[in-house]
Amino acid sequence: MSVAEPAVRSRVIEGASPLREAWIAYRLNKPALFGTLLLIAIVAFVIYGTFFFKGDPYEIVWAPQTPPGTEASVPFGTDYLGRDILRGLLKGGGPTLAVGAAAAIITLVIGISLGGVAGFFGGWIDDFLMRVAEFFQVLPALLFAMVVITLFSPSTLTTAIAIGIVLWPQTARLTRAEFLKIRELEYVTAARSIGARNWRIMWKVILPNALPPLIVSATLTVGVAILFQAGLSFLGLDDPNTMSWGLMIGTNRQYILDAWWPVTLPGIAIFLTVFAVSLIGDGLNDAFNPKLRER
Amino acid sequence: MGSIAYIARRLLYGVILLAGVLVLNFFLIHAAPGDPAETIAGVMGGATAKMLAEIRTSYGLDKPLVTQLVIYLEHIAHGDLGMSYYFNQPVMELIAARVGPTILLVLAAQVFAITSGVAMGVFAARKPSGPLSAFIAVLSTIGYAAPVFWTGIMLVILFASIWPIFPVDGMTSARFTGGYFAYVGDVLYHLVLPAFTLAIIFLAQYSRLSRASMIDVLGADYVRTARAKGLSESKVVFKHALRNALLPIITVAGIQFGNLISGALLVESVFNWPGMGRLAFDSVLRRDYPTLLGILFFAALMVVVANLLTDLSYRFADPRIRTGGR
Repeated sequence: MSVAEPAVRSRVIEGASPLREAWIAYRLNKPALFGTLLLIAIVAFVIYGTFFFKGDPYEIVWAPQTPPGTEASVPFGTDYLGRDILRGLLKGGGPTLAVGAAAAIITLVIGISLGGVAGFFGGWIDDFLMRVAEFFQVLPALLFAMVVITLFSPSTLTTAIAIGIVLWPQTARLTRAEFLKIRELEYVTAARSIGARNWRIMWKVILPNALPPLIVSATLTVGVAILFQAGLSFLGLDDPNTMSWGLMIGTNRQYILDAWWPVTLPGIAIFLTVFAVSLIGDGLNDAFNPKLRER
Repeated sequence: MGSIAYIARRLLYGVILLAGVLVLNFFLIHAAPGDPAETIAGVMGGATAKMLAEIRTSYGLDKPLVTQLVIYLEHIAHGDLGMSYYFNQPVMELIAARVGPTILLVLAAQVFAITSGVAMGVFAARKPSGPLSAFIAVLSTIGYAAPVFWTGIMLVILFASIWPIFPVDGMTSARFTGGYFAYVGDVLYHLVLPAFTLAIIFLAQYSRLSRASMIDVLGADYVRTARAKGLSESKVVFKHALRNALLPIITVAGIQFGNLISGALLVESVFNWPGMGRLAFDSVLRRDYPTLLGILFFAALMVVVANLLTDLSYRFADPRIRTGGR
């Protein structure tokens, strides 16, 4: 990383394109950089586990409840059946992160399209869509997701969709607020005056300018979705044939008083992932918001 | 608009929302793959052919969808949320027995989170870069990033084997003897850990929010005026500043109620707390749909009531809303 430029060293960010300014500000943010590195490390670990590591996490490899650090072949110990915790962590990360990411994408697609339409058109469409959002916020999210998953057989996709259905209202509200603000600005009027259609104005003119807060919220949504996935698989609602960090906690919880590690380690993995994501989200928030930048 | 008209409007709106939940429930049953009668009876509930026939007649499943919806709503208007074929008990009775513990847990967590969160925020705001502010930053990270069920399990390990001063299982001691007050004491004693676990997430949010909000308010002109008048620091902080800093907390606390119930589901499962979360968990495992949908309805009811109370307390805390209109 080059910090040689005097402008950067003095922490005053000189005029540049908005994205470049944000990137410079982000680079200076130590917690955010730490979060980024941490997330890269976790993703690398998970990618290795999913695509390159061939072991079976369900295979019984050693004596049950071997503590970590006591046997070289199972460095992280074994669970109540004698399954390797390290293998579980390697193989269980993929579904956890994939569901988190997929759920976040579903949340954003629903939230941005409905919120955008509500904010852009206003009037009764806005009223109606916001009532729908309010309705979904009355339903306790986890419980509603439980109902959806139970009614429609549990699978990774159902879990992602269920999480998306319960999380979208927040994104929709945020998008709506941004659209409401931006649609009054001059460059939108300018776009309209040269004959741009509503559709084009919404997605090509307003949306790019509404992105910064949405990117921040998307990052935080990934974190929430990962926690949600973990909670659902902890309750045994995810597909039991897909190893995930939440499932490891759920299946081992009865034996916690005999062995702490089968529950503690996957929990730390979830914690670190969400922690990294939240540091990145905070960093992006500061970077996009010039008022919060250190001067 | 007068207070009464306002409350009436909010009440009506709440009722509409709840009716919406019921309609959603109805369509969920029909959208689920398979025979609705089997869905109502629960696929794993071991319903006999006779039961299925009874359900078909009683819910009019051979009639058009709209008629079915009306019949479904009529059932519920009579307090009939259906029958749990797994527990072999009406859903209403099942839920009624478990609503109390959940409300107790949720309220205890909420009250604890708000009071200690606000207290921490107030003290941290007086030294924005002091140690308490740093502690709040750490706490809000943990509150956001640690899965609540995992935090609960960690506390169970801590208090069951390492430092056994709090009970980690259930709501009352197994062999309990004593009078009413001893019973209340016993329940409160068992409440400590579940409520604390649930509160951690929200404690983090409230302390962060009230710190930010207090820093904001302490910089306002009227606070400077109050100081200039020579008021004592505690009067300035608690009487002038805190009252205004509380408003955002009330708003967020209201919004969080649904999340609080979601969290309670997980916490109840960890600590074997005999509330709706345990029931939801059991009915998910047994595919007991009537119970599950009944719980969803009751949970929505709790959120609607909580939102209503938030609205009212907001009007109480901020005279501008009461008198000025919007």
